[in-house]
Amino acid sequence: MVDMSAKLFLITPEILLLIGAVVVAVLGLSSNRRVRNAVPWTTVGFLVAAIIATDVVYDGSEAVTGADLLLPNLGLYLKVMVGVIAIGLVLVGIGMVDRRYEEAIRNGRAGFDPLRVVRGEYHAFLMLSIAGTMLIANANDLIWLFLAIELSSLPTYVMVALGRGTRRNMEAAIKYFFLGAMSSATFLYGFALMYGATGTLSLTGMQEVFATQAAAGGIPFFGLLGMVLAFVGLSFKITAVPMHFYAPDVYQGAPTPVTAFISFMPKVAGFGAIIMLCMAVGWSGHHLIDDAGIKVPTEGLPRPVHATLWVIAVLTMILGNIGALLQTSIKRLLAYSSISHSGYMLVGVIAGTAEGIDAVLFYLVTYGVANVAMFGALCGLQRHDREVETLDDLSGLWKRHPGMAFVLALSSFSMLGLPPLLGFWGKLDLVVAGITAGETPLVVIMMATSAVSSYYYLHLAGLPVIRKPDARTEGVDAGPTPWPRIAGVVFGVGILALPFAAKSLMTQAEHSTDASRLASPEAAADSTNPDSGMSIEAKGSSGRA
Amino acid sequence: MQLWILLLIPIATCVGIAFGGERNARAVALGGSLVTLAWAVVLAMQFPHWQAEQWTYWPAPEAEAFPVLPGIGVAFELGVDSVSLLLVLLNVFLMPCCVLGSWTAIQERRREFYVWLMVLSTCVMGVFVSRDVISFYTFFEASLVPGFFMLAVYGGPDRREASFKFFIYTFVGSLFMLLGLAYVAWQHAEQTGSWSFTIRDLTAFAPSLSATEQGWILLALLSGLAVKVPLFPLHTWLPLAHNQAPTAGSVNFAAVILKLGLYGLYVFILPMVPEAVVAWAPAIATLAVIGIVYAALICWVQTDVKKLIAYSSVSHMGFAVLGLIALNPVGLQGSVYYMLSHGFATGGLFLCIGMMYERYHTKDLREVGGLAFKMPVWSFFFIVLVFASVGLPGLNGFVSEFLCLIGTFIAVPGAQSGYGGVLGPWFAAIAATGMVLGAMYLLYMTGKLCFGPLREPADHHDHAELPVDLNLREITAVAPIALVCLVFGLMPWPILHAVEPVAEEVLEPYPALVESHVERTERMEAAGSVAAAIGTAAERSR
Repeated sequence: MVDMSAKLFLITPEILLLIGAVVVAVLGLSSNRRVRNAVPWTTVGFLVAAIIATDVVYDGSEAVTGADLLLPNLGLYLKVMVGVIAIGLVLVGIGMVDRRYEEAIRNGRAGFDPLRVVRGEYHAFLMLSIAGTMLIANANDLIWLFLAIELSSLPTYVMVALGRGTRRNMEAAIKYFFLGAMSSATFLYGFALMYGATGTLSLTGMQEVFATQAAAGGIPFFGLLGMVLAFVGLSFKITAVPMHFYAPDVYQGAPTPVTAFISFMPKVAGFGAIIMLCMAVGWSGHHLIDDAGIKVPTEGLPRPVHATLWVIAVLTMILGNIGALLQTSIKRLLAYSSISHSGYMLVGVIAGTAEGIDAVLFYLVTYGVANVAMFGALCGLQRHDREVETLDDLSGLWKRHPGMAFVLALSSFSMLGLPPLLGFWGKLDLVVAGITAGETPLVVIMMATSAVSSYYYLHLAGLPVIRKPDARTEGVDAGPTPWPRIAGVVFGVGILALPFAAKSLMTQAEHSTDASRLASPEAAADSTNPDSGMSIEAKGSSGRA
Repeated sequence: MQLWILLLIPIATCVGIAFGGERNARAVALGGSLVTLAWAVVLAMQFPHWQAEQWTYWPAPEAEAFPVLPGIGVAFELGVDSVSLLLVLLNVFLMPCCVLGSWTAIQERRREFYVWLMVLSTCVMGVFVSRDVISFYTFFEASLVPGFFMLAVYGGPDRREASFKFFIYTFVGSLFMLLGLAYVAWQHAEQTGSWSFTIRDLTAFAPSLSATEQGWILLALLSGLAVKVPLFPLHTWLPLAHNQAPTAGSVNFAAVILKLGLYGLYVFILPMVPEAVVAWAPAIATLAVIGIVYAALICWVQTDVKKLIAYSSVSHMGFAVLGLIALNPVGLQGSVYYMLSHGFATGGLFLCIGMMYERYHTKDLREVGGLAFKMPVWSFFFIVLVFASVGLPGLNGFVSEFLCLIGTFIAVPGAQSGYGGVLGPWFAAIAATGMVLGAMYLLYMTGKLCFGPLREPADHHDHAELPVDLNLREITAVAPIALVCLVFGLMPWPILHAVEPVAEEVLEPYPALVESHVERTERMEAAGSVAAAIGTAAERSR
């Protein structure tokens, strides 16, 4: 057992973010406009501090190796990634969420009312959600995992509701909240069943128990059922089938910067949790018992879990991509596209072991960067003082905002996975991981569905350039603040430039599964013997090397 | 670094175009494409293997590698052999002609247009100089974006449909190509213990896979490459795209982009999956022959000149495919030669049509014709290029078509050349009707367009800023192409010699494979007849 101070040291970045949340919540209530304007930058400052803190914490500290984690080094990669992309998401949202009200105050049409100003809340909740997502990397038992997921989700429910006023927004907020609560209940029930099956809440303990059970007569039914329920519940977070129905409505109803946020952050949280749970059950050493009572060894996850994830992945890829074909609203289209991206990443999860996890982690970066660039461009534009809504609003964009048209094209092509852009390398890595794990049918489906996706991404990338401006697009102009556009351009450059750094990004992603307990059953069984703790770590790292 | 510089010159030109202003765009583009041409010529003069006995890449394999994802062995590695260098030369040679050809045709959004043209040039050259499947795939796919935008922004009335069809067709196909290549790489990693995506490693390894696996890989690769070639029935994007594209786009599509597919067949399919190629060669050849005849018949009834030439490309590329899978050096040399000569001849034809279109704003054979008196210079070049396309002896088309057909004809089991094949005289005979049909529809088009009474569109008054016949700029654009057609027709030896060692190296495993394949089929047939005999004997005895 690690003592409390080491544990607290490990979560320094999250503690910083919690402090930051309190600070910006207070700053946002100031009646001084300058102070309020400083809120986003304070947020960015705390995020930078959290990133630096992550680097310090993980710099060979004892707290990391001693924390009894399934993936001790995951935090370094995950927290830095979340932090950097969150900075982009903050920039995307600058001056957007509370624009009307702030403008009204500036024009003297409304007085300052602490109850109506939302800037502080927005950034405070944003930081809380980020802190929750980061905490998942340090989860060592189910309770922690559950609390971290909840901490990352609950603030997003409020954030969706911040664009108050329109009916669509209300619908989105209520849908998101109730369905989110249902999903939490589902995976919590799953967690409970897993606890029942293993008698422990600790993830490492659970891994050992599962390994022993698998080696003996198979994981008991309730353990598997718990696992399946947990995945079904978590599929809400990653907008996967069967919990994907909310996505189009919520993405459309939420203010655009919030859409940007919820299309990335809960996904990281969800995939973090799914990877943890899959690690606990392990990708090897399982078997089926056939009719004659003979054990038949199987590859990968235990069959029922594998089958569940397989079906989820396939349906997610198919429904996401087909749904997107029919959309005229940009945000709905992006909602479906984000559904399909979750499907692709699930391929990596199913493929499993170090390669698969690395691929998923790498893909999250490629997706996140393209996402910020895309939403940066969308938030940076407005039509008659409102958000741009439909694909038609974008036609002829090249004439007035060639930069934004370029960023939109870049990010859609990257999401499509067109080489040499960043998205391609993520997809390539997933394909390789999938094929290596023998999941060729799944990879074929992934290819076929991303072929379908070329149609709508091509519209998104092409219409701004191809079509001539018309009466409808007369009203489209640049938004009031340049920051969303700057974020779009910076992350757009990232789409072009990061492939050159793909090498080091990949190395980082691979590093996050170093020294992990991606162990075969024997190794896990060994670790019941306290002396062998060191040897497992040695095995893990040599296996990766 | 030399090859990287080759790829970077057009990109640098793009920067120049972007900052050079709308008016200077075309001049900067012309300058950039001439510099690229000059650099490529320098490279070609340095290339040490023109007359080599052995087939090697140049420069040395690791000299131009740039690691991207070392975890799975992905690195960008560049290098050329004589075939790829020839195709690079084809591309850089046509690029200044394209710029000159679009000099006045592109009036709006010029900067973008020339940027896309330069990017396209880089992508295409990148495909030819890649020595790594991932960089090959990257450039192969990236070439879709400039092609898409050139088509979609500057194309004819159906540009939207044409551009989407072009992009999606190729993108979908090549995803499966990537899958096939990734599968080979994985098998390589499984069996040798290290990841590698270089063409060198994969082509050395892949033939050891089982025949069934090879068959699947062939299917995957073909689904990407056959779209580009294009092989019947995957050709339907082509007439639309070529017809709707602006002049420079059509020239590029026909002359270079189609060669990407054929080059892919040469660089991947032949060396990687020999067993499957032997087994499936008759099927592929059947598709090629169907394409030859079918497209030729369609050409015959076209009234749109550009569409006619586009379909003639489908027909002509069928010959090149035939030569390639004849599996003997003659056919392969012919196929490579076909890639070059089709590039020049059809590229030049599209250029000529563009010049006519700029004057009359129609490409309908019923509305315009009899131009020989009015535009003698134009007609001269047009007729030269038509003859090159038809395959008149003395021009380049003849050499390549003849070699491809000969190669197909002698591709029978146990051929005297030592290179047995699985095609034979029948394929050659049917394909040869395509030659006859080609002469018919191309000469019919020429007759309508150049001779007979003068026909001009009713609303046509003058040529705006252009003279009645070609001006000096237009002659500069098209004359070099016509000249090359003549030179290639009269002196094919240097190139055929340069390709010979490559062809022999690539085809080295084939004679043995063909023999064992033929033996196996015969044995199976014999076994079948024996079984039948036993069956009847058993019946009788009952």
